[in-house]
This record gives sequence, structure tokens and C-alpha cells, in this order.
Amino acid sequence: MKIIVPIKQVPETSNVKMDPETGTMIREGVEPIVNPLDLYAIEAAIRLKEHAGGEIIALTMGPPSARKALTEAIAMGCDDGILLSNKKFAGADTWSTSYVLSQAIKKIGRYDLILCGERATDGDTGQVGPGIAAWLDIPFMTYISKIMEVAENEIRCERMVETGYEILAAELPCLLTVVKEVNFPRLPTLRGKLRSRAVELQTWGPVDIDAQPDFLGLKGSPTRVVKITKPQVARRGKIAAPKDEGELVTAVDGLIEFLKQKEIV
Amino acid sequence: MGTKVMYQNVWILGEQEVGTVRQVSFELLKRGRALADKRESQLVAVVMGDHLAENELQRLIHYGADCVIAVERPELRHFLPEPYTSVLTVLIRKYRPEILIASATTTGRTVAPAVAVVCHTGLTADCTELDIEPETGNLIQTRPAIGGNILATIKTPAHRPQMATVRPHSNKPLEPDESRRGEIIRETVNATNLQSRIKRLGFRENSEAVGNIQDAEIIIAGGKGFKKDENFRMVRQLAELFPDGAIGATRDAVDRGWISYNHQIGLSGKTVSPRFYLAIGISGSVQHLAGIKTAENIAAINNDPEAQIFQVADYGIVADLFEVLPLIKERLATLNLKQEPEVSE
Repeated sequence: MKIIVPIKQVPETSNVKMDPETGTMIREGVEPIVNPLDLYAIEAAIRLKEHAGGEIIALTMGPPSARKALTEAIAMGCDDGILLSNKKFAGADTWSTSYVLSQAIKKIGRYDLILCGERATDGDTGQVGPGIAAWLDIPFMTYISKIMEVAENEIRCERMVETGYEILAAELPCLLTVVKEVNFPRLPTLRGKLRSRAVELQTWGPVDIDAQPDFLGLKGSPTRVVKITKPQVARRGKIAAPKDEGELVTAVDGLIEFLKQKEIV
Repeated sequence: MGTKVMYQNVWILGEQEVGTVRQVSFELLKRGRALADKRESQLVAVVMGDHLAENELQRLIHYGADCVIAVERPELRHFLPEPYTSVLTVLIRKYRPEILIASATTTGRTVAPAVAVVCHTGLTADCTELDIEPETGNLIQTRPAIGGNILATIKTPAHRPQMATVRPHSNKPLEPDESRRGEIIRETVNATNLQSRIKRLGFRENSEAVGNIQDAEIIIAGGKGFKKDENFRMVRQLAELFPDGAIGATRDAVDRGWISYNHQIGLSGKTVSPRFYLAIGISGSVQHLAGIKTAENIAAINNDPEAQIFQVADYGIVADLFEVLPLIKERLATLNLKQEPEVSE
């Protein structure tokens, strides 16, 4: 089984510091990591390979430094990595990004499965996975919480929706985006890390993937970010800081009173 | 893509479940109504499904639509990405809407990106605000990004339709007006547009206990302040004291295995907008706060006075949760007893 895993390098957003003046992210000291939600896709791919054999190729678009993300994917268990890096790709929105990734996948040629994370934790759109499938015109399923069975030409999965779980079967090749519930991603092994250093990563540009120039980068992106602002955290109501048991009771009384006033109890 | 002039009207993608229109569709209609009024254009609700009864479609008009386009086919009974993408694309090419908004549900977030690729247009995910730029008529789309640390304003200046998904439960629907009248168009599509390489084999409903926290009116949520698996039970016990109280959790609590992922609230989990959100032992990371921004009332209990959660709380208690919770439980139990004297143990 040949599996392609498109991944993204993102800033470690859980510790992001913002410049209050400019409203931009302070990048100093922010370690770029593999999008945490992509780790589930990588893990799913490795498990399928362990079960059925095959090959896993990690794919990423980004600056030259994004090769580190591919190295990490290989350390976890992917076989190969391809970096899509070129100035012409810069500033792409999800439409253009999914185009570039799909062109690279076409160049890779035959494959059985494309596995994506649910979304990247920086952009948070979840649009690139379905976008790739649309470009390739292959069936796709999102929010996959369980991969149940893989047969010759079919994959069966559970898809997490608002009210429960759909049980779906898709023809191969297809694209899946997986949610956290699907597995527990493994850590890279020492052997994996050593191997990742030995793998020679290819870098592809627009010509390599036969890309239409006016579909690339900021120029090829239908959307434009016109403004960035800092969200206002408003509210801040009454905060009780009880110092003894009596004050604690008063604080709880206050909460119950608040609930009554808002007609919650 | 045609010239911009050829595109007009505001569309919302309505969602249905076994022929019943979902609440999120009415929420979208309120957003859509405001946009259509500003553009002085029509608001159209598009619904795909099977057995779409006239009176159910009329409700979309009561909630603000001027017109409903319905496509009724057995193949569209449940959401499947390929036929939904294909049918919506056919309709867009025929009617050329200027704006198309969908709900950022598992359906909307799946079909919209595929449609945007096929129609060669821009799509903005998970918007919290939508507006019209007066000079150009462009859709101004605002959404949180980078872990909720920034708000980005995004436009699709040269492509049509301008597409956006909107967070479910980020606004309330309009009051329905049963005197509103509008047109219902039944569209037909070719069989080729209904083909799917994915088959739906079955469905497993969430257990009653899990419920759907996105629809919950009251959510009692716990974070890593509970310290241990067995302590997390206190969240459930407290939730049971509220009418229809649902249980929420932070990513920390879920990652520690105290509760399943479908209870997770925040950027990597669900966005909720209950009437009351009680955050217990939750510090309030930006990720978590992004998921509760639209809650009507927020109360917080945390022993750290510096905890971010207090910044968004309407009522906060700085104290050890293990001391506060028994008191709250006691008070609520007494209240419930007073209200329902027939319940006794």
C-alpha cells in the first residue's frame, strides 16, 4: 500500500506570544514543529503499513527550513519525504496550497491512500485536505475517528460527526482526514532518527510539478488577508477571592445568586 | 469564473437531518439576511436531502430566506462529499450567487473546500464575523487564527462566489415570522451528479450520556486542576445537578485520558455557546478560550488568581476546587429539592 501524508510545519501555538503593539506573532524563540494534528495522520499511515506493508511518503510545502518537519516524519516511520519549496509558492491560501500539493501527488504517480490531519493548528481551516481531493477528483472522507478495515480496493472507516459516528466505505485511492480519536501517535525512535538523517530529501519547485504559474502563491490565491487585529478579551465580571471558610460560603452564595439571576437554576 | 457583475444574491447552505432542517441553518439565515439587506439582494437557502416537505422548507422562509432551492433525491438523504459537492457546484454555475455561506459543521467544512476548488474561488473558514464593504460590495470575513491569538480579516476581491463557513452557535437565529412569503424552487440534477464512490454503511449515535455538547445549554467543564482521573467524576456529579447539564473538558483532561475526545472544548476540540459555562480547574489557554467565546455566561473556579480564565469570567471564585465543589453541590441539591418536592430519596 502506498500512502502519501501531506504535513505542515507550524509554530508551537500553545505558547505563542503576541506583540501587543503590532498584533503580530513574536517568532523569536518559537520552535517550529510538525502540526500536532498531522502526527495522527502519520501514525495512521505507519499502522497501515505495519499491517499491510508498503511505503509512506511525507509531503510538505514551505520554506527550506520545513525539511525538518519531513525529517521528523521519517524518524517516526515514514519512508521518504518531498519538500515543495520555492519563492513562487509563498503566500498561498488553501486553494493554491491544495493545488500545489495535488500537483506534487500527481507527479508521485500511483498511490492508494492520502492521509491528512484534520487541520493545521496555525491556520485552523481544515480546507487543504478536501481541497487536494477535489483537485485530484478522488473520493474523500473527513473527521475519520477510526480506520476499521482495509481491503484490496476499499477502506472502511468511522467518521465523527455532531450526533455520532458514520460508518463509511470508500473506494481506493481516496483521501482521509483524521481526528485525534483515531490513535495515539508514537514518538520517533533512535533508529528512526538515525535513518531520517540518511534519507536524502527531494525538493521540488513549480516546474517539477508542472504547475500553472498563475495558480501559485499569493498571486494565485483567491483570498487576501487585509487586516490582522488582536482579539479583545472583554467581560471580566466579579471575582471573589475568599480568605477563610466564611468568605468561601459567601462566594458560593454569590455564584448561586448569579445563577438565579440569569435564570440558569 | 465569470465577471463579478454576473453574480448576485446571498446563499446559505442549509443542512437537514432526515428531512428536518437543522438549527445551524436558521443561524446562517440571520447572518445571510443582514448581508442580503446590505447588498439589497435576495437571500436564498439551498437544501439537499430526501423527502423535503413543503412546510419544513417554509420554515427557512419564516427564518429570513426570500427563496429556497431544494434538491430532493434518495442519494442526498445523508451527507456524502461527492454528490453534495457536485450538486452544489451545478447550482452555483446555474444561478451564480455572489456570496455563499455554510455552517462550519462537519458537513459544511467538508463540502465547502471541495466546492471552492471546483468553482475556482476563495473560501474563508470558521468566520466569527461577516460584513459588506460599502464601497466594493466585497464580503469582509473575520476569523480567529494562530490559536485564537489573532483575528484576521479576509476578502475574496476578484472571485465569485465569495465563500465562507461560519461557526455554529456563534449567533442566535431571528425570531421566525410565519407571515413571511417566499418562493420554493425544486431543482433536478443529472444522475451523474449523484454518484458517490463512498457508501454509507451505518450510523452509531452518540450515547445519551455523551450528548452533543455543541447544543448544550449548560456545560460544566473540568481541566487539569482535578489532578486525578477519579477526581474528574466530580464534574459529572455536578453536571447532573443542572437540568440537561453537559460535561466539557480541556485538552489536558482529554490527553490524560480522563474523558473522551468528543467532550473536548477549544480550538482542537469543539466550539460551544451554552447559556452557562462553568470552568473548573481550567487555566484558560487561548485555545480553550477560543472555544467558549460565545458562551452567554461564564463562571470560573481556580486556585490561581492569575489564571486567564478569570479574564473572561462573569463570576469567578479564586479557591481550591476541592473545597468549593462540595459547597456548590450542597446548595444546588437543596435548590433542586425545593423545586421538585416529589423527588425524594
